[in-house]
Amino acid sequence: MDVGQLAVRARAVHKAFYDKQTRITQQALKAVDLQIPSGSLTALVGPDGAGKTTLLRLMAGLMQADSGGLEVLGIDVDREPQAVQDRISYMPQRFGLYEDLSVQENLDLYADLHGVSAAQRSERYRRLLHMTDLARFTDRPAGKLSGGMKQKLGLACTLVRSPDLLLLDEPTVGVDPLSRRELWQIIQQLIAEEQLSVIVSTAYLDEAGLCDQVYVLHEGELLAQGSPAQLRRHAAGRCYIATPSNGQSALQLQARLIDANRLIVDAVPHGGEVRLVTQADVAQVQLSELLGGAPLRGTEPQLEDGFMVLLRTRLGGAPAQVDALEQKPPGDNVGSGSDVVIEVRDLVRTFGDFTAVASTSFEVRRGEIFGLLGPNGAGKTTTFRMLCGLLPSTSGFLQVAGVNLRHARASARRRIGYVSQKFSLYGNLTVLENLRFFGGAYGLRGKQLKARTDAVLEQFDLKGQERTRSGELPGGFKQRLAMAAGLIHEPEILFLDEPTSGADPLARRSFWRRITALAESGTTIIITTHFMEEAEYCDRILIQDAGKRLAMGTPQQVRELVQPVRAPTQPVLSMEETFIGIVERGRNGLGAGEVQV
Amino acid sequence: MNWLMAFIYRLINICSKELLAVLKDPSSRVILVVPPLMQSLLFGYAASYDLTDAPYAVLDQSNSRHSRELIAAIDGTGVFHRIATLHSSDQIASVIGNGDALLVLQIPSDFDARLNQRQVSPIQMILDGRNSATANTAAGHIGAIVAGYNQQLDPDSGPLVRVESRAWFNENLQTRWIILPGMIAALSMIQTMMLTALSVAREREQGTFDQLLVTPHTPLEILISKAVPSILIGLVQSTLVLLVSLFWFQIPMAGSLITLYTGLLMFTVASVGIGLSISALSANMQQAMLYTFVLIMPLMLLSGLATPVENMPDLLQTATYINPLRFSIHLVREVYLEGAQLADVVPDLIPLIIIAVVTLPLAAWLFRHRLV
Repeated sequence: MDVGQLAVRARAVHKAFYDKQTRITQQALKAVDLQIPSGSLTALVGPDGAGKTTLLRLMAGLMQADSGGLEVLGIDVDREPQAVQDRISYMPQRFGLYEDLSVQENLDLYADLHGVSAAQRSERYRRLLHMTDLARFTDRPAGKLSGGMKQKLGLACTLVRSPDLLLLDEPTVGVDPLSRRELWQIIQQLIAEEQLSVIVSTAYLDEAGLCDQVYVLHEGELLAQGSPAQLRRHAAGRCYIATPSNGQSALQLQARLIDANRLIVDAVPHGGEVRLVTQADVAQVQLSELLGGAPLRGTEPQLEDGFMVLLRTRLGGAPAQVDALEQKPPGDNVGSGSDVVIEVRDLVRTFGDFTAVASTSFEVRRGEIFGLLGPNGAGKTTTFRMLCGLLPSTSGFLQVAGVNLRHARASARRRIGYVSQKFSLYGNLTVLENLRFFGGAYGLRGKQLKARTDAVLEQFDLKGQERTRSGELPGGFKQRLAMAAGLIHEPEILFLDEPTSGADPLARRSFWRRITALAESGTTIIITTHFMEEAEYCDRILIQDAGKRLAMGTPQQVRELVQPVRAPTQPVLSMEETFIGIVERGRNGLGAGEVQV
Repeated sequence: MNWLMAFIYRLINICSKELLAVLKDPSSRVILVVPPLMQSLLFGYAASYDLTDAPYAVLDQSNSRHSRELIAAIDGTGVFHRIATLHSSDQIASVIGNGDALLVLQIPSDFDARLNQRQVSPIQMILDGRNSATANTAAGHIGAIVAGYNQQLDPDSGPLVRVESRAWFNENLQTRWIILPGMIAALSMIQTMMLTALSVAREREQGTFDQLLVTPHTPLEILISKAVPSILIGLVQSTLVLLVSLFWFQIPMAGSLITLYTGLLMFTVASVGIGLSISALSANMQQAMLYTFVLIMPLMLLSGLATPVENMPDLLQTATYINPLRFSIHLVREVYLEGAQLADVVPDLIPLIIIAVVTLPLAAWLFRHRLV
């Protein structure tokens, strides 16, 4: 390939970071080789800490590689970073919008910074504002825009001049599915109309599926590359859909399958059935034995299936698995579905003129996994915080475990566990100190505390890390420690706020395996998530938008609101499509309808 | 009893977490030790003052032409302002002791007679050494006025009137004698307020505060856990400055340590109350830092640390009544330099207790009732 046609060419690029505090050198990129042709849409995929941002920053000339060669648009970035920067635009993860300036002022500011002439501006602004649908909001301060609109404005500011290469670092992080879809439409339109090259990093594999080329990064190494079709082929002939039978639920079947990691690479619940990917050399006999008579049919591989195969191969078939979870013997009430542990009636929360939650009602029963879903600003976090007693409600009735946690005696809070976003722990304290503190906070002491600490260390695979400062733990460990701290006192109800954000698919699988096991033993789970596919693990979900309840029911019931009848040839609607359908109908005033169970 | 034990156990649990969280952070460990040492040395060596306006009193036992000329010369400069004319040397102690006059001039009865015989004639100047810088400058001014008067008496002979000055409370008239005891309170206030203001804000930012609120810990326990380590650290810092003052600058301490620490404890509790209120009002660490800086500046200025409260305009003098630092600096100076007893410093202790009693419950209430 001619070098002139390459947007980026990397040869054995290494980059390491040294953390002074921890005295640990982290290899962010290890011998990365890539050749990205110009004029294409390229995705860098991988979980948090895979090295995506580092690679993009190296390309933008903001950092220098430790060794190896990196050419961007045919220019050596290490030697001439400015020459590269003159021809590229880079949008970092947290784009520097000036929150107190209006949309128009932000655009003007970036146009001034990039020296865009007045003549060019009017035409450029018109196009960008039209494309991002922000023309109506030019006078609004950037700080008052929604998360999705902020990202679109960030993109517009990045594009005030026409670059040859556009680098986007996780432009859709924290953005709801609707805004995500709009952002991708803008990116695709740009490629078609301006013939520029775009490199975008993302943690979402469905977004990678929209690109010409996909580079899969994992722990600083390039795991695989190719077109989405090529990557899917890794799982070719190994993807099936199993229908649960004999009164088994999809989740029970999924749990059994994912535990059998010698035979199965991946299994996820999907529309009341289970989607699975088998290991390479699995005999049909073994498979049907495992399935216990559940009917099986083949299906087309998806990008995520290919990715899971790659990851499992990489990790040598020894995935992080849930060991035998301490199962409480099922009590009389467990799973009987009659025991209401959370009751919410006409719950309202306003902030001044703004209604964050408008008259919401629902009930959650013991042992249920209940998902709160919604776009940013839909009111799910507000609802969640009111349930935990962190925020008073404006009006309405609210009971968790028989009390309103806001006013209840402190001891009532012993019955709930809470894992917050970002897995909030004391970073300076060691794993053991954190667990001891939270155990003590919940009234455990002496032998009891010791026993419970040991139990959760075991349960969440934290043995050997007791003396590590929790701030130095890698992301997956942090999440497990947060779970351990939330469960140390064996709460009846566990609140989880976006527990899987930033986690790689493998970690998310084992996380959900633990959650389903917990629910089976009678713990009630309330969870918010922005991975729509994870709604499939929930017994019931509540979808909110603009504070209003749009739909509630089992994932299947909610799906049927959007897709009432499905022809046998039609694929099952994904949760993401279902979600977008529900929210769009809600916004168009059609009323998504209600499912009552 | 069970309930009490559980409460105490939970308190120990949460307080030890707080202490660990502060002490395990290397940057905050540095902040705890370096600034008090550095600043107390800096202030000890570098601080100096100018004279602004000086109240003085006169005990004229000579009551003669010469003595009246001299007093007129002093009054005429405008630098000094005569607040009293005394009639006996017994009155000197109260005028200086109450801080009414910065200095007292005592003109002996044989002043006029000796001058008439062209003999050297001494006058006594008693200075209030507690405000050493002002006292020094005042003494210089008096010296200059007397020299001018000597010139006028007889330009040819040597100086006839000789000023013998004595400073009370601070015999060597060293500014650092005044500054350092003040710093014992002032420095620890900066640190404790900053530490407490950041403590809740930091947890809010990291999301651990919500985690804390959903545990069975009551707001009161959380409040105590935030206050206790800060109070301990504040007292340790005061001790550091006290040690520098005692052993590096060798400023002798007149009062008792118990009285001093009783005052410091009340003062630290009041500062922690203010810090926690700031903390509860701030959404993030930046805000907490900003609020603290905005507040610390006037607290320092209106404390009497650098300039006497009595020299401020009336309005500002009134404002100093809500400033815990004003009372604590006064208290520490009284105990350290004058050897005041516990009973003597009660007027300073009461406002400190009031400030603590208002700010601590306010902070506890704000913890749970913030809308953000």
